[in-house]
Amino acid sequence: MRSIGDQPGLLSKTGYYIFLGLGAFISIFPFYWMFVIGSNPRGAASKIPPTITISDQFLPNFTRATGMMDFWTALGNSMFVSSAVTISVLFFCSLAGYAFAKYDFPFKHFLFFFVLCTLFVPQQLSILPTYVIMTKLEWINSFKALIVPAMVNAFGIFWMRQYIATSVHAELLEAGRIDGAGHLRIFTTVVVPIITPALATLGIFTFMNIWNDFFWPLVVLKERSNYTIQIALQQLFTTRDGLDYGMIMSATFMATLPLLLVFLGFSRWFIAGLTSGAVKS
Amino acid sequence: MPQSQPAAPTRGAAVRKQGWLTERRRSSLTAYLFISPFFLLFAIFGLYPILFTFYLSFYKWDALSPMSFVGFQNYRFVTEDPLFWTSFTNTLLISAMGTIPQLILALLLAVFLNSSITKFKKTLRVLYFMPNITSIVAVTLVFSALFSNGGMANWLLAQLGIDPMAWNSDWWGVKIAIATMVMWRWTGYNTIIYLSGLQSIPTDLYEAARIDGAGRFQQLLSITLPLLRPFIVFTVLMSTIGSLQLFTEPFVFLGQGGTSSTREEGLTMVVYLYTEAFGNSFFGTASATAVLLLLFTIIFSMFNIWASRRMSGDTDGGAL
Repeated sequence: MRSIGDQPGLLSKTGYYIFLGLGAFISIFPFYWMFVIGSNPRGAASKIPPTITISDQFLPNFTRATGMMDFWTALGNSMFVSSAVTISVLFFCSLAGYAFAKYDFPFKHFLFFFVLCTLFVPQQLSILPTYVIMTKLEWINSFKALIVPAMVNAFGIFWMRQYIATSVHAELLEAGRIDGAGHLRIFTTVVVPIITPALATLGIFTFMNIWNDFFWPLVVLKERSNYTIQIALQQLFTTRDGLDYGMIMSATFMATLPLLLVFLGFSRWFIAGLTSGAVKS
Repeated sequence: MPQSQPAAPTRGAAVRKQGWLTERRRSSLTAYLFISPFFLLFAIFGLYPILFTFYLSFYKWDALSPMSFVGFQNYRFVTEDPLFWTSFTNTLLISAMGTIPQLILALLLAVFLNSSITKFKKTLRVLYFMPNITSIVAVTLVFSALFSNGGMANWLLAQLGIDPMAWNSDWWGVKIAIATMVMWRWTGYNTIIYLSGLQSIPTDLYEAARIDGAGRFQQLLSITLPLLRPFIVFTVLMSTIGSLQLFTEPFVFLGQGGTSSTREEGLTMVVYLYTEAFGNSFFGTASATAVLLLLFTIIFSMFNIWASRRMSGDTDGGAL
């Protein structure tokens, strides 16, 4: 899109770019600094003047970190939990979204309204009884406690419904029906190929949210071997020996890297999802 | 009442399906089957826990011994606990300090970004969004290093001739540090929301205004801000709800003693709730806290919507 309004003068335009550049610098700097501190000797975080150049101590720092935590186990746990939730969210939310968009059934509008209402309930309101349920089910310390409650969510249903309602045309479904395909078959062969972009966005967002979640894993995971990466990182900060920031930052950097790469690779889907989600709600 | 909502895109399919009754019933059943997982899970892990929270808030319970009914005593305990009101004040202060400058900054960035070259726009959008994909734990750890006693924040203060601050124990220091973390993680997100709002404003509105002789500042006041209102309402509401639930930043930032208790300076309502439940095993008072938290969330959301209606001279409901 072209720029809007009067063409600003050269002076104010320079001002704009300085401001925008400063914003970009502040956005990136902590990532860079994470690596700087992670690659410098222990005490670098509290040097005066501050350390701002990369050094060669990353491996020793990271080795100290893996000595204090099961980094790779925690990373694997996070990967497993996030993938399991993402796959199931994509499946159940797209099915439900499809039903709300293309089927007609009694109480449909009421039920959809109900789904939307649940979006506004804060998580903290249900956390205690959910914890009690998990204790009863003996799911404390188990990944089931993280995966099962998250398997389908209201936002995903809303998101898929909006997309399917506008992008999947009734004629296509009709054609499938005339060919004698069953409901599930029409869904997998006709609907899924059309809604792949929406699935990509929802998948990335779900994965990111579960990967970054802290509160709920903190409540239900008790054993070190089951920690997700976020809990493991926090534990690293808790162990107090004069706070070895070199070690902490090297682990934080390694834990941030996977998601950062995914984001940079798929940034188009992220931002598309973000903007249309906001416009529609 | 919700039945009256039109669902335009589905009408065509619905009419055609009404030919054969059995087929129709079959498709209704299929639809129920497709949506049932959500309702099943919500019943178990959503609805039941919420009702149980209300129920529990009237009982004394430590999760082991039998429950005993205590009426409103849990609510009295919580509202008479000075620590709860400390957490309330902290939450409000940190919310205001983290949200207000953040949204103004995001609006400025979006307006400037919108009038910059397209190529920059795409790259900058990605860069601005990067903090938001970082986990709160990672953000808190990095900023803990920046805000450590001999760290970079104090060095910057020294350059400006200001005395160093104890960011992890000073009453204001803790709040500034936490508000900074919130701001860093969310400014870019809101910038992108505003930017998409700006891009949805038709260009000819500005052209018409220019012909009428409106300056750039006047265009901002009379076109951009009113048309951006739904987006502003959305972000204000989301930030308010989000910051009332602030937990991870203070918990990680101040929890390094290994005692799993958070310093009073950074105690927020959810940290209070967490400590009551999982630190002290007071499930009754923790439930009462959760109910109060919901109450505050509703009050603040209502206030936001009311205020934004007021400010805009009430045209219509906007996007919400």
